[in-house]
Amino acid sequence: MATIPTPSLRAKDYKSQIPPVWCPGCGHFAVLSALTKAFAYLKLPKDQLALVSGIGCSSRLPAYLDTYGFHGVHGRALAVAAGLKTARPDLIVIAVGGDGDGFSIGGNHFLHACRRNMDFTYIVMDNEVYGMTKGQASPTTQPDWTRSKLTPHGTGVRRFQPPAIALAAGASFIARGFSGDPTGLSKLFVEAIQHPGFAFVHVLSPCQTFRPEQRAWKQQVHPCSLGTAEDPARAAELIHRDDGMALGVLYAQQLPVWQPKLTQRTSLATIEEAFRL
Amino acid sequence: MPQELPRGSAASLSIAITGSGGSGAVTAGSILLAALGKAGFYGLMTRSAGPQIRGGESAAMVRFSPEPLYCMGDQFDLLIALDWRNFHRFLQEIPLGTASPVLYDPALGEVPEELRLQPRLERPWKRRAAAIAGGRLNLVALGTAGALLGLPCEALETGVQKVLGHKGEAVVDSAVACIRAGFSAENPNLARLPKPRPDPNRWLLSGNEAAALGSLRGGVRFVAAYPITPATEMLEWLAPKLEQLGGALLQAEDELASINMILGGSFGGMPSLTATSGPGLSLMMEGIGLAVASETPVLVADVMRVGPSTGIPTKSEQSDLHIALYGLHGDAPHLVLAPLDIGDCAFTFQWAVGLAEQLQTAAIVLSDQFLGQSRAILDPPPRCETPLTRLKQARERPCRRYLYTDTGVSPMPIPGESPCRYTADGLEHDERGVPSSLAEDHLAQLQKRRRKIEGFAYGEAWAEIQGAGPLCLISWGSSAGAVREAAQRLQAAGQPTRVILLRLLAPLRRESLKAALAGAEQLFVIEQNQTGQLFHYLHGAQVLPPHARSFARPGPLPLRPGEIVRAVRSEI
Repeated sequence: MATIPTPSLRAKDYKSQIPPVWCPGCGHFAVLSALTKAFAYLKLPKDQLALVSGIGCSSRLPAYLDTYGFHGVHGRALAVAAGLKTARPDLIVIAVGGDGDGFSIGGNHFLHACRRNMDFTYIVMDNEVYGMTKGQASPTTQPDWTRSKLTPHGTGVRRFQPPAIALAAGASFIARGFSGDPTGLSKLFVEAIQHPGFAFVHVLSPCQTFRPEQRAWKQQVHPCSLGTAEDPARAAELIHRDDGMALGVLYAQQLPVWQPKLTQRTSLATIEEAFRL
Repeated sequence: MPQELPRGSAASLSIAITGSGGSGAVTAGSILLAALGKAGFYGLMTRSAGPQIRGGESAAMVRFSPEPLYCMGDQFDLLIALDWRNFHRFLQEIPLGTASPVLYDPALGEVPEELRLQPRLERPWKRRAAAIAGGRLNLVALGTAGALLGLPCEALETGVQKVLGHKGEAVVDSAVACIRAGFSAENPNLARLPKPRPDPNRWLLSGNEAAALGSLRGGVRFVAAYPITPATEMLEWLAPKLEQLGGALLQAEDELASINMILGGSFGGMPSLTATSGPGLSLMMEGIGLAVASETPVLVADVMRVGPSTGIPTKSEQSDLHIALYGLHGDAPHLVLAPLDIGDCAFTFQWAVGLAEQLQTAAIVLSDQFLGQSRAILDPPPRCETPLTRLKQARERPCRRYLYTDTGVSPMPIPGESPCRYTADGLEHDERGVPSSLAEDHLAQLQKRRRKIEGFAYGEAWAEIQGAGPLCLISWGSSAGAVREAAQRLQAAGQPTRVILLRLLAPLRRESLKAALAGAEQLFVIEQNQTGQLFHYLHGAQVLPPHARSFARPGPLPLRPGEIVRAVRSEI
């Protein structure tokens, strides 16, 4: 597609004029900024960028960017992104959302996006809570978290392990970032966008309103000491031994990327001929 | 303008070929249909199969005539039984005339009790097939039947080439030998059909293929779907064709993914389609609502089967009309269309793609198992010549994607093609697409979305109207075939009859329909479901007089012209 060459854009040039609905102190502000910094660093043309999301606080992000965006229904961002990327392989497609959107209602699409390995990025802002519906347990919430009226005794259900599940489902790029480390997060986004294939970035992004205890994450996160695994067996060990707070690219491997097959072109008139008696 | 109602019903013959799964009934039927086409007949073949993948029952039902055919007849004129296993499962589906012979090989067992009064034609197919290398009983039987029907042997051989050619020379040679063995033992004498007029320009295809072709003609180049009976053949036909045309088909993980994938493809500027059946349509409803609210054009093909729930996957019914009309939450105006016959699948799907693109909304097209999986010999289906395209050109920034216009249609810039960037939204929004919970925005956007659908000039294609009599038969979708033939019979019997077949079901062309109904005295709404879904829809829209009657009969048995004639006569 023809795009007018853009002069170098600054990070803030990627932001739209629409003010976010997020609460003061929400981790998602930093994710938005880190994303625009990654775009500026990569000099991505705004017309070629398409941000796709479902429903939830974090899924509001596309509207805050001056790019193309698609804010759909709950849990289906990855399906929209897969369709868009198949129809338009020339676009840079980034799906964003939260832990409920991606791992609960959209869980099936997460598995299949990992194994399909299409060339787009998926950023999950995980705050271990449903914020937009005012504080219910999500798949990543601790089983003994009792602050929700819906589950006053806690969910009693083991937590969803995003990187482990992504690995098992065949993802080719798995990273974890933290909204309190915007520079590190920007670098992860750059690597994810550059990775050929499905790149999953699990971002710890605290909810000040319903999970104020997540302020302690700042002290708990640490770099992934073992570096990036390229072998799935080593990655599995690394991810399973991980305390859930290790930051960095946990796993990256070059795997075949699904894309539409190019075959010999035919005209529709030729195809229609086959119906003649 | 109403067209002339064709006079009299065409002379036709109906033949059923039955056998257990794997007996080759459907192969024999397919070859017969191709041979009939070669010989100059129009024809129609439906298949019947149990849910088993192998080893169940299988039947091919072929009807042919020198004139175009749109439905199966009232009864069968010849039964070809390749074996008698599972035959009882077809008894209801294959009503035989009292003089209709049963053609079979006595070496394969006793004729069932229910057929004991039928004339019998016994042939030693098993012995003849055994004398040929790779010989198959079904093809020897086909040779016999072809000769009895008065078909030239060369036509049958052309049929073999058409149906089995891809299996290689050895298979074709053996098949031809079988057909000749069956054929040469007969003196042609059974058929008394008018002479056909051969035309090599005619086509042979299924409704699913015609629907897929119409979609391609309409510009569809991206398809995402999850396999489901009886829609799968549409997808199987499309997958390689899309590649050849520079498009793509993506097999989704479920129907929730299918509908959202095509929303993504369409957002990217590519006319997009998914095909499913009732269970899948139920799963897609939220996504179709998103298409309506975000004004993203998509086409959803529902090849209906017997419902509710998993129902009877391999049998036809028109019972998804209400979910297609009313299944979306909120006030969500969208398009609902239904093709009227196999050839019309091409026209209706092409038109539906164009309308969805032009009006930036969802179009649900209701085909069904009968249309989808039947194969027909027909004149090449006409194209939809109305130019319909998506309005893409936006000028201003920031983009007002949901700009209020007179038509209700706003420019939809395409990523990578325009600097007028925007975020599409399923949340209620203002003109720029910014989420809004203000009453004024909701009302204005609701009105815009309604205006564009209801105010559009749909032209003449909203319905097919034939005849002008005071007796009026109203129908939709695949029932149209049986209704047309019933009307011809009523007309031929001196009862001036009018037929109104609705192709565009939503938005209902209320004023046009009322005009078409002017002067109608007895009205019947005819459809293949239990509750009279079209009847209630039309009554709700206040277009029918209070004395209009509903003739609604559910599947799985096909609607036949004779039962419609009987139902109408019993009421007037």
